[in-house]
Amino acid sequence: MNIRVFVNYKKNVLDPQGEAVGRAMQSLNFPAHPHVRVGKTIEFTVDGQDTPEFRKTLDKLCNDLLSNPVIEDYRYEISQ
Amino acid sequence: MDMHVAVIQFPGSNCDQDAYHAFASVLKTPAKLVWHKDKTLGDARAVIVPGGFSFGDYLRCGAIARFSPAMQAVKEFAANGGKVMGICNGFQILCESGLLPGALIRNNCLEFRCQEQWLKVEDSTAHFNKETLGQRVNIPIAHGEGNYRIDEAGLAELEKNKQILFRYEENPNGSLCDIAGIRNKAGNVFGMMPHPERAVEPFHPSQHGVALLKAFLAE
Repeated sequence: MNIRVFVNYKKNVLDPQGEAVGRAMQSLNFPAHPHVRVGKTIEFTVDGQDTPEFRKTLDKLCNDLLSNPVIEDYRYEISQ
Repeated sequence: MDMHVAVIQFPGSNCDQDAYHAFASVLKTPAKLVWHKDKTLGDARAVIVPGGFSFGDYLRCGAIARFSPAMQAVKEFAANGGKVMGICNGFQILCESGLLPGALIRNNCLEFRCQEQWLKVEDSTAHFNKETLGQRVNIPIAHGEGNYRIDEAGLAELEKNKQILFRYEENPNGSLCDIAGIRNKAGNVFGMMPHPERAVEPFHPSQHGVALLKAFLAE
């Protein structure tokens, strides 16, 4: 299975990096709203089947290592 | 080995020797460097998780160091009431480990700030208070991600339990409520972004770090 985990700051957490990127967009006259969020994508492959048990393990990995639940949210995509 | 202060070394730690020097040479307290792969802390009476860039700050600051074998020993040590202090990257590691509440994100100024920093001392414990340390201390900072964040309920808890140790006089990083250092509720785990181990020698900007490290060791 191919897994893609997307991690980004929670909505109410300030993202200074995103704000700087937003200001750069404006300086290029790109018509985006200045509220930009810079997150990260973590991609990996794993042997096995997409079962509820597997998703439980994956959620634990996301909460323990790949994201910090105090400041970040995550979601993932699983493809064969 | 006899009672000593254990300073944990991770790949990328760079304040481990300064912390060791501050205890061993300045405070004349036996100290020992503990490699992050070590599973035990020996006869440590206190633990320092030093500053630096453990594991290159990959993923998030402190995110990978928290899984090192030595950190499992530190967690056990703290759970049994042992004193632990995280400085700078060490503070980030303790937050990632869940030993301290909250998290540290990128400075709002987007700069790595390396400067002298005056801190307001808060009345927190029998040793971390204005009477012992004075109203204010000058302790250098050197970080890019020292912007302390916690949710409203968490902040209320910190205030209620007097868990805030220091606040910045002039906020260098956007930290919530100017928070520069905190402790856990039990009062045996401490974390701060400023570097007390860099304020112990006559050629340092101040020697206020000496009283601060003594407060940490005080019974």
